[in-house]
Amino acid sequence: MSTLDTVIQLIYLAAAACFVLGLHQMNSPATARNGNRLSAVGMAAAIIGTVVLIATGTYADVNASAWIIIAAGIVVGGGLGFYTARTVQMTAMPQLVSIFNAVGGGAAALIAIDDYIRLSGVLNASIPLEVSIPTVLDVIIGSITFTGSVIAAGKLQGLIGGQPIILPGSRILTAALAVVAVVGALFLLAGNVSLPIFAVILIAGLLFGVTMVLPIGGADMPVVISLLNSFTGTAVAMAGFVLSDPVLIIAGALVGASGAILTKLMADAMNRSVLNIMIGGFGTGDAAAGASTGGPGGAVREIGADDAAIQLAYAQHVIIVPGYGLAVAQAQYAVHELAALLEARGVDVKYAIHPVAGRMPGHMNVLLAEANVPYPQLKEMDEINPEFERADVALVVGANDVTNPAARSNTASPIYGMPILDVDKAHSIIVIKRSMRPGYAGIDNELYTNPKTGMLFADAKDGLAQLIAAVKAV
Amino acid sequence: MSPEVLSALTIFVLAILVGFEVISKVPATLHTPLMSGANSIHGIVLVGAMVIAVEATDPLSQVLSFVAVAFASMNVVGGYVVTDRMLQMFRKRPTAPQPAAPADGDKA
Repeated sequence: MSTLDTVIQLIYLAAAACFVLGLHQMNSPATARNGNRLSAVGMAAAIIGTVVLIATGTYADVNASAWIIIAAGIVVGGGLGFYTARTVQMTAMPQLVSIFNAVGGGAAALIAIDDYIRLSGVLNASIPLEVSIPTVLDVIIGSITFTGSVIAAGKLQGLIGGQPIILPGSRILTAALAVVAVVGALFLLAGNVSLPIFAVILIAGLLFGVTMVLPIGGADMPVVISLLNSFTGTAVAMAGFVLSDPVLIIAGALVGASGAILTKLMADAMNRSVLNIMIGGFGTGDAAAGASTGGPGGAVREIGADDAAIQLAYAQHVIIVPGYGLAVAQAQYAVHELAALLEARGVDVKYAIHPVAGRMPGHMNVLLAEANVPYPQLKEMDEINPEFERADVALVVGANDVTNPAARSNTASPIYGMPILDVDKAHSIIVIKRSMRPGYAGIDNELYTNPKTGMLFADAKDGLAQLIAAVKAV
Repeated sequence: MSPEVLSALTIFVLAILVGFEVISKVPATLHTPLMSGANSIHGIVLVGAMVIAVEATDPLSQVLSFVAVAFASMNVVGGYVVTDRMLQMFRKRPTAPQPAAPADGDKA
């Protein structure tokens, strides 16, 4: 190994350390921004190191066309990434993350494709298992990630219906595609070198990504995005095996682990297994506007904005429970304005955030942070649940199933066992909701018939505007 | 199994364990920036994409490697920029009272 080679390898090691330390600093909002920058520095060092290696002819005699390809690719891709990252709205973050998953997984798959074409071009080629295994895994996982993420982004953006799309025989098709990919992979691993079979595996992977994500409802997106994120990381790690590049392996493994943890957390928060979600068919997906059906059995008490405002204004402790309905109505700013008014009156205000409140893990926190809510007020479920007993008023805006006490008490309920926010333990409850229409799980919420609960029937933004006006008038 | 593959596998497994250890400490508040930050990290695939671009000689490989470089660059640049943008919004105290007019995120 030449001196230069050694130096660059050490730079790669330093970059990997930056990634780990950067992720570590994400454990607190106070240090997270530094962590991200540290990770970016490591990335820049690794990229510059690679450019130096290329320029000194370590990989191959470098010609002008290679430089043009690299420069043009970086300018086009980097420019597009920079522009979208600067202009994207925070409500659209899940789509953007999906797109980044797609391009990351796509790039990893392309590396495997290119490598395989080159290897198979050699006369009498035989590809050893230690190359063929990661190549095949890379192309399968990478292609699934690419199309799966594109479909997920399309669903989140509303380009493809958020409802689960189940075509007749689609499950069988998905299974058949999986079989094709696996059989093709085994054929190649058995020592055969065949470009057509490789192409079949690629196409099966691409189609599998489509048929896997299409049947999944919009409300399951936090799990899907996390899973695809994990896939991307794994695909990148496999690309690292293909190219014998440790820094790709380390970075890919870190992301794979992170995606896996988030997938598990999201699935646990919905009390469902990942497999159950991927097979789909539960609920109707997005809380798209639908006809309101009749109310549930119990009596519902309606409350006016003025009465609700008086309760809030004279409370000591208020806990706000935001759900995705709040984000859909773009009411983050309104909720912060109301909270600021209450705080000015000496009321202690906190936000209770359920893990799946949003379309990706932690989404609601970002939306509230954007609306200038200080992060110490954003409380996780386990932290806030004991505090509901002391809360004078719990204000529920656009959240439904995650507040349903049936999950705790009613063993017959489909959501039994799902961890929920203990809103019903507050002294008084105000729910802003458009109608009595059931939520995602399609079941009635006992919270609404609780005698302590007052229902303020309005769109999240309108309801909050009414409350703001009423609190000002108190 | 060659020693190189064995050591690569060792690195892979240990890195996964480090990932589990580090990431399970991240609070739910930061899960979105975490995911987008992790997203930028897998942009390291740009390193691999550049390597295949150098080795590309025929037009097909050149096209494939160009797309790979462009994809990976979008991943790296976009990922870090958007993560930074998100993280700067997390403040301990509200800053100077913002006018009720929403910032650039509320055009819909």
